[in-house]
Amino acid sequence: MDLKDLYQEIILDHGKNPRNLGKFDNYNKDAKGNNPLCGDNVHVYLRLNENKKVEDIAFEGHGCAISMASASIMTDMVRGKEEKEVKEIVTDFLGMIKEKDSLETNILKDDEKTKLMSLSGVKQYPMRVKCATLSWHTLTSALDNSDQIVKTEE
Amino acid sequence: MNLDDIKREFPIFDDKIQNNDLVYLDSANSSQKPRIVVDRIYDFYTKEFSNVGRSVHYLAVAATNLYEQTRVSVQKYINAKDKDEIVFTKGATEAINLVANTFGQKYLSEGDEVLLTELEHHSNYVPWHFLRKAKNIKIEFAEINDNGEVTLEAIEKKITNKTKIISVSHLSNVTGAILPIKEIVQLAHSKNIPVLIDGCQGAPHLKLDMQDIDCDFYAISGHKMYGPTGIGILYAKKKWLEDLPPYQGGGGMINEVKKEGITYGELPNKYEAGTMATAQVIAFNESIKFMEKIGIQNIEKHEKELLDYGLEKLRKNNSVNIIGNPKEKGGVISFTIEGIHPHDIATILDEDGVAIRAGHHCCQILHDKLNLPATARASFGVYNTKDDIDKLDEAINKCKKIFNL
Repeated sequence: MDLKDLYQEIILDHGKNPRNLGKFDNYNKDAKGNNPLCGDNVHVYLRLNENKKVEDIAFEGHGCAISMASASIMTDMVRGKEEKEVKEIVTDFLGMIKEKDSLETNILKDDEKTKLMSLSGVKQYPMRVKCATLSWHTLTSALDNSDQIVKTEE
Repeated sequence: MNLDDIKREFPIFDDKIQNNDLVYLDSANSSQKPRIVVDRIYDFYTKEFSNVGRSVHYLAVAATNLYEQTRVSVQKYINAKDKDEIVFTKGATEAINLVANTFGQKYLSEGDEVLLTELEHHSNYVPWHFLRKAKNIKIEFAEINDNGEVTLEAIEKKITNKTKIISVSHLSNVTGAILPIKEIVQLAHSKNIPVLIDGCQGAPHLKLDMQDIDCDFYAISGHKMYGPTGIGILYAKKKWLEDLPPYQGGGGMINEVKKEGITYGELPNKYEAGTMATAQVIAFNESIKFMEKIGIQNIEKHEKELLDYGLEKLRKNNSVNIIGNPKEKGGVISFTIEGIHPHDIATILDEDGVAIRAGHHCCQILHDKLNLPATARASFGVYNTKDDIDKLDEAINKCKKIFNL
């Protein structure tokens, strides 16, 4: 285990200055998620246009560097993508965080994959995996119009 | 027993943890176990095991005697009047649930008020919340002041003629504030209100005298007192244990069971249904002996020294913000670092073997009040040293470096 793998420069940067933080007016999908163990929470807002494309996305919430960076990078990455592409990216990301060594989707460009892989350090820290995945599960919930608040604990 | 080499009594410190010497600063969560406690569990299971209170064979009688010896040890340790005032539970959580459930059943009805404080652990709120749902009672919270304390005045302010029970912490697991429980009990009793003290953080660190405090109920967690998990104690005045209905039904707690009706057993069996955590109860006797051997005065003194040293050290560390400043404070330092989330602090500290807790410490009401989603917390036990605090300070500096602070 090496802390440098977990707290890479890109994570510290996104953690400190999260992109797309806030809420915008004309969103048409949203969902909340929380991690009851640590009190972290996230609220994802997005606007899907008539072609099912993510026109805009943002999030509100507070949490550790990992969770803020993950939400920040996620929102950057899915803007402009179609709903089914977003879902493929989410599945790929969650698979990578859980077990796979790399990302497989062709939707993302190499530099985007590199960016996402910066979060792979959490694999070594089982208690912190939830920090990285909360916003992604919440994004899925928003797309699925689920009224359920996403929780990291059952 | 010399506190300087007390770490040797705890096998957990024998070996490196992830290549580090363990700096264990999470005793408010759970304490480490001395060798004698661990050995006692092993010996009981390997040489003496039997269920208690039922069979008449040799092992059963011997085990029953050992089990009851712990009851007497606890009674003496907390200076309860009668050994039957000691009820074994699976933890302090169950002890509080027992009181909320049985007292609630008998004495609470719609509109009645239960008075808690804003710094209660969830285990001293959720059981009362069940009653709010089931019986439409009201829950009031005495407020904390800017120092993170709950004063007698704050309690008095919230007492009304509807207040039926007051349930407060002895020592806050977040701010470390020691509540004026004796005065609270006096005040409450002058208004005929019983008092439950959540003693999870009090019992491992402060001198206990039930007859002096005069509270009606006192909940104790075994695993925070250098004891095994799975055991807690409810101290309750005998009049309450005789008066309140049983909590759980099952074997061991009955007198006579007929198709047409059941009568319940005498104290203390009435509240100990089913097979109890026998080995843990028996091993808990060793925890009590261990604490007695050191002496609670010495434990208090040692932890006060660590606290003063820790506060001084961390106050000097730029960007560390200590939560609460109570005049009477136990060995708990909760803190935040501007610009680093407590979970990141905890992960980075862990890399150097410094084990702390981060989160809301099961006190969300308090964290909401403080407007903090989470804090980092270092808490002390008998085995901690000033060197541990130096290592904490160093590790905090490393955190700041990683985060470019």
